[in-house]
Amino acid sequence: MDALFLNQLFNGASLASLYLLAALGLALSFGLMRVINMAHGEMLMLGGYLAWMTLLVVPGAMGIILAIPVAFIGAAAMGGLILSTLIRRLSARPLDTLLATWGVSLILQQGARDLFGAVGVEVRAPEWLTGSFVAFGVTLPSARLFIIAIAALVLGALALVLLKTRIGLLVRAVNQDRMMASATGIDVQRVDLTVFCLGSGVAGLAGVMLALLGPVTPNVGQSYIIPAFLVVVMGGLGSIVGTTASAIILGLFAALAQIFVDVSVAQMLLLVFVILFIQVRPQGVVAVKTRQLDA
Amino acid sequence: MPDFSALTARFAPVKPLLPWLLLALALVAPFALSSYDLNLLARFMAMGILALGLVLIWGHGGILSLGQGVFFGLGGYAIAIHMKLADLPDGEIPDFMVWSGRESLPLWWEPFTSPLFTLAAIIVIPTLAGALFSWAVFHRRVGGTYFALITQALSLAFATLIISRQDVTGGFNGLTDFYSIFGVGLASPGTGSMLYWITLAVLCVAFIALRWLLASRFGILLRASRDGENRVRFLGYNPTPFKVAAFAIAAMLAGVGGALFTLHAGVVSPALIGVVPSIEMVVWVAIGGRYSLAGAIVGALLVNLARDAVSSAFPELWLYLMGALFIFVVTLLPRGLAGLAKGKAA
Repeated sequence: MDALFLNQLFNGASLASLYLLAALGLALSFGLMRVINMAHGEMLMLGGYLAWMTLLVVPGAMGIILAIPVAFIGAAAMGGLILSTLIRRLSARPLDTLLATWGVSLILQQGARDLFGAVGVEVRAPEWLTGSFVAFGVTLPSARLFIIAIAALVLGALALVLLKTRIGLLVRAVNQDRMMASATGIDVQRVDLTVFCLGSGVAGLAGVMLALLGPVTPNVGQSYIIPAFLVVVMGGLGSIVGTTASAIILGLFAALAQIFVDVSVAQMLLLVFVILFIQVRPQGVVAVKTRQLDA
Repeated sequence: MPDFSALTARFAPVKPLLPWLLLALALVAPFALSSYDLNLLARFMAMGILALGLVLIWGHGGILSLGQGVFFGLGGYAIAIHMKLADLPDGEIPDFMVWSGRESLPLWWEPFTSPLFTLAAIIVIPTLAGALFSWAVFHRRVGGTYFALITQALSLAFATLIISRQDVTGGFNGLTDFYSIFGVGLASPGTGSMLYWITLAVLCVAFIALRWLLASRFGILLRASRDGENRVRFLGYNPTPFKVAAFAIAAMLAGVGGALFTLHAGVVSPALIGVVPSIEMVVWVAIGGRYSLAGAIVGALLVNLARDAVSSAFPELWLYLMGALFIFVVTLLPRGLAGLAKGKAA
């Protein structure tokens, strides 16, 4: 295997990590509530700006570590706000939720443009993230390795929460059958809120990772969020395993396609790939077996 | 969501006042407006043609497309390519191609020399593209939110592709500087109002045709698939062909609207057809009223008038305003202005 292929394989892995972090929250709340928050991309942006501000206050090498919880909490709070003020009012109308949250996305983007300027701000990665390793003749930048590691950590933590904790049990129950869960006395709305905040927080964290790769601009989230939507489409309803698998598939596909074609054609191919995938498995990578007609 | 009888009643010819009033205004406009304003109005009417298609698929079909800009662009680029070629002296290629280092015309540009081919392409290409795309998704019973997300990816991919292929598409700047259409000089007196009349005629024909279509059995089945796709299946119908046909018609209207818009605006570019403009198209219809054909035209006119007024003075303000409009209309006024006219807000 030549170096270019290995290099793109590595880039694909880090791209997949970003897609995954951006898509996890979308997929979890889509599984629960059947709604997509179009302002989810702005949680990435928010995370990026919060990282930048954290580094202004704590410039040292550990600033970026501190930025992770700050961005998580900030984005989670914003997500909770969007859910309780807007999405809840529209709960039975998924397509209208799409449009209303798109409105939020526009306002947040323009707000960032007015507050921080259209050009974007630069987050300086600490020294321990600016180096790189060489393995198999491929240069592996530390920042990208860090992103892959964080994505794996987040995924592991999320799996633990969902499988081993009480709140995870409740989430799985609501995911399986909302009405039944509600009938057994589970506070469904609180579960919604928890998951939504968690998902938004993870997106905020992804924003910190984006800040390591390039400048934070008002529309930094837009370039990752549309592939993340495709990850959700391909993943299967509310399945973390499916979302992870489809994030990896799409991340690798996008990166490997760029060996042969330029970025813009790769983007078109990504869409074609997803549409072709639907022809084979319209229910997504992982589908929960159900007798429900309208899942 | 409204029940069936209420909806069919809406489209029985009981409230014919608004369309007639609009038509009367449109008929006197060329005599009352300056040529600049008339051109602006004609642009917005071309957008109204696209908006009619959204009423068909979104209001009555429950299919939210965030990618209508793609079909608008297909129509717009088809006529723009023709006009670029028509103005060229023999054997030369458009200036932007020379600048990007091309020496010959790309093969797929050649047929657009023919006016007849171009006219056919404006209608056939968006229709076929819409039919193929929507069939590929709908026949596997993927729809709703998934479909909306896929259409958004489509509009992103389309706009990016155009921007990156600068040598054959004009890239980010798009195609502009047109001088004549089918042998008629665009700057010569009378052309502006002639194009206005053509646009008005197309808009009226589309309006009447869709009104008929929505009242037909096709319209009933479309609304039925929106409200309960599986029930329609149980009744023995396959909803897919109906949804695909509706989407193809909407794509055709978007393409025709795009071609007319390009004639009036004198430019077609990715900035007019990408992700954000595609969603803006939905807001026209959301504000006008997603179930109402007349409402959608009014919505397209009003939003674009407002945009023209606000964004020239305060460009930043427009995005806040549009965001707020989205939130406001969708949460508080799901039937749009047409719903207000009916005396019911929700």
